[in-house]
Formats: sequence, C-alpha cells, structure tokens
Amino acid sequence: MSTRPDRKAPGASTGRVVLSENEIRRALRRVAHELLERNKGADDLVLLGIPRRGATLAARLAEAIAEVEGVHVPTGALDVTMYRDDLRLQPIRTAAPTQIPPAGIDDAVVVLVDDVLFHGRTVRAALDAIGDLGRPRAVRLAVLIDRGHRDLPIRADHVGKNLPTALRERVHVSLVEDDGIDEVRIVDAPAADTSEVTS
Amino acid sequence: MRHLLSAADLDRDQALTILETATQMHDVQHREVKKLPALRGRTVVNLFFEDSTRTRSSFEIAGKWLSADVINISAKGSSVSKGESLRDTVTTVAAMGVDGLVIRHHASGAPAQVADWVDAIVVNAGDGTHEHPTQALLDAYSISRRIGDLAGKHVVIAGDLTHSRVVRSNLLLLKTLGAQVTLVAPPTLMPSGIGAWSEAAGFATTYDFDAVLPDADAVMMLRVQKERMTGGYFPTPREYTVGYGLTRERLKLLPPNAVIAHPGPMNRGLEITADAADEARSLILDQVSAGVAVRMSVLYHLLGGAQ
Repeated sequence: MSTRPDRKAPGASTGRVVLSENEIRRALRRVAHELLERNKGADDLVLLGIPRRGATLAARLAEAIAEVEGVHVPTGALDVTMYRDDLRLQPIRTAAPTQIPPAGIDDAVVVLVDDVLFHGRTVRAALDAIGDLGRPRAVRLAVLIDRGHRDLPIRADHVGKNLPTALRERVHVSLVEDDGIDEVRIVDAPAADTSEVTS
Repeated sequence: MRHLLSAADLDRDQALTILETATQMHDVQHREVKKLPALRGRTVVNLFFEDSTRTRSSFEIAGKWLSADVINISAKGSSVSKGESLRDTVTTVAAMGVDGLVIRHHASGAPAQVADWVDAIVVNAGDGTHEHPTQALLDAYSISRRIGDLAGKHVVIAGDLTHSRVVRSNLLLLKTLGAQVTLVAPPTLMPSGIGAWSEAAGFATTYDFDAVLPDADAVMMLRVQKERMTGGYFPTPREYTVGYGLTRERLKLLPPNAVIAHPGPMNRGLEITADAADEARSLILDQVSAGVAVRMSVLYHLLGGAQ
C-alpha cells in the first residue's frame, strides 16, 4: 500500500515559467467573467473543483465572481479517484474529500474546475462521479491550462491559457494555498520519467 | 502491505490512510447512488467458517458498493461440512480466479496460513481468539470521529479479555495510533502471561474498573463470550455485572465527553446495561455503520491499485 505521489512537484525550480502570479490572477478573472456571461449571471451556478489544485482554483473563481457579481456561488470539491480508468495501472491512490454544497447539484449548472486539461481522462471520471451525485442541468468545464494531447472527445468551455506542449514536457501548476507560490512552469521530463498521471 | 492479517501489519501512516479513506467512503452511504466503480471486475469471496452476521454482511456490502463481485461461502452447507480440508477449500476457491478472500475461521492463524497457499489477497475477518483487524480499524474510526485524534487519548477496554480477538487487534492498533490503553478484567478473564506482554507493549492492566473510568476518554466493553467458555469464570452473571459491567452507577464515573464502544453483539444486562448502550455517547450504531466504510477502505487499498 502506498499513498499518492505528488503529481506536480510544488515549487519546482527547474523549467521555465509560463504564467506568473499576475497572469494567473488575470486569467482567473477573465474566466470568472466568461462564466457569468455564458450563464447570464450567477444563478444556479455551482463550482466543483477537482482536488487539490482544482478545488483551490474553484474557491478563487468563486471569490472573483463575488467581486464582480456580489453573489457567493456555492463551491465544492469533487474527488474522482474511484472513477479513474487507470486505477489498475497505477499504485494505489488515496481519495481526497468530495464536498458537495448542501443544496446538492440537481438542476444546477455545474462548472468543473481543474488546473490542467491533458488527456481528458480526469474529466471523464468527473462526469461519471457527477452522475452518482445528482443530475445537473448542465456541466461545463473551466481549466487554468489546456495543454492539448486529448485522448477523449472532451473540450474545455473556459480556458485560462492554451499552452501547446510536447508530450515529454510536464506542466507544474503551483498555487499559494497548496504550494506557497503562484506560478505555472513547463518542465522537460527526463526520458525515463514517463510516470505522469494523465489529467 | 499485501494482506491484512493482523493489526500489526499496519504502520501509523498506513492506518491513518485507511481511516482517512474510510471517511471518504462513509459519505457514499448518504448518497442516492451507493456505488463506486473502483473494484469493477474484481471478485471477492467471503469465506466464513464461523457464524457471523454483521461482519459478513458488512464485507459484502463494502465489496458491492465498490462494484466488486462478491460471493459468500459459509462452512455450513458447503463441501467443508463434507470433510474437505481448509487447504483444499481455499485453493479450490482461489483457482476460480478470485482476487480477494475474506476469511473468518475458528482457528487462530488460519488466514495467515491461507495467505501462503493462494495468490489472492487475504483479509482476516476474525480468527479464533487471535485477531480481528477490521474490527479494530472500525473501532478506532468510530472513536476518533467523536473524540478526535487518538494520540495521547486514554482508551479503557474492559471485559472478557481471554476469549476476545477484538482486544488484541485493538491493542495493537491503538498503540500504533498513539493511544494510552488500559485493559480491565476480573482475574479469571485476564489472559495468562499478560504481565510480560503489557510491559513490553506499553499498556496497563487492572482488576479495578471503577478506578480507571474517571480518567477515560473512551471505554470499550467486550462481550462475555459464553460460547467459548469451558469452565466457570465467574460465580454468577449478577456478580460479573456488579464488578465489571457498565452499569448506571459506573456511567456516573465516566467523564461526560467520554464515549462508549462495544463491538457487538451485546449481552444487554451482563457486560453493558441498556442505559449505557442507548446513551447519546454510545457509539454502538456508529460502529456498525463505520464497519462498511472501513471495510470498503481496506478492500480498496488492497485491491484497488496495480498488483
């Protein structure tokens, strides 16, 4: 039995910074505006972040929405560990908490929030998890980084930054709440290191 | 950790990970769809050579809620009653391609022996008077949900220590989690040689129940196992209750925020009175509900990842 390895090394000093603290803030603010425009306000919105950093981003988006709209949108965390299709292929992962707002998600417009959109498998798992929790009116996807290389027909509705990457590269998202610093880095993974978890 | 045969198989981190995952699993019980796909395609066999209702059904529900295929085999009505040996029974079941075997057996050490014979993972669901690790995990889970981190907390375990497998697993796990443990029993039900063990393992023993109650954060009552008793261990049930039962008078000695646990089934009126069993600080139903969550967590951690 082992615990889940930290998939994005916090504070990694290697690689190059592709988003700074200010750029992350601006990107999130823009996504918050887009969400409100698309939804014509904050009614029925529920933000569900995928732990860890997706949940942190969901909380920040809720703050940004509150500043713009003066409304506190319900937020929660949606752990997708049990719904992953690679459970048998990886060492055991420990589940993070799932917290759904008390009012539930039935008939809500659920916005899934994650840090990096990569293969699309995490989002697929999240859609399955949502199906067990209720029946939202709509599900949308907001991500900080879309790095391409999709394995599944999934796309994000709101993207902080589209970041073309090579498969061997890794994207490290660090957030103050989780890692003590706000930045996004691209790191060239060593050839032998192919262990990155699909996102 | 490949099997769960003893509470001693778990170090502190592993035990905390299982308890933490159990918290997530517990939430599933309150959902409309009580199902997670984590063990889809895995087969778990509950092989019960001894009667059990709550342990077997909670393992069964745990496996099913994780989407595993679960089969129950009990000794009665199976080839075991025709005289088949333990080895032949388990290797036959394992040859059908099962991934996990949950075993309860009346002989201490049987699951450990089975683990040597089969490739499947083995979970000890109670072996003789030896161990019952998932019971210890669910006890620790229920108690810590109510009183917080067990490190430094004082847990009193009282009752029929000689015939209890629950006490051994609990003792090992509670020590791993940093709790201070005191065992209480009448001299006739205190296992022989416990003095040397208590010194080595760092727990206390006493015959005086009343003396330790005011200092307890949790008191766990053990069932008087009449079916395992071959001789007279106490003169009358009434005398046992007066000396070692959790009675109304004794409840007054217990601090108001201390909790009461009992692994069940209870002998109401013998080791525990109805007043204590039905108190607000009684965890007895919490323990049953936690049983499913903890067993889901154990099955997930043993069968969920790459083998």
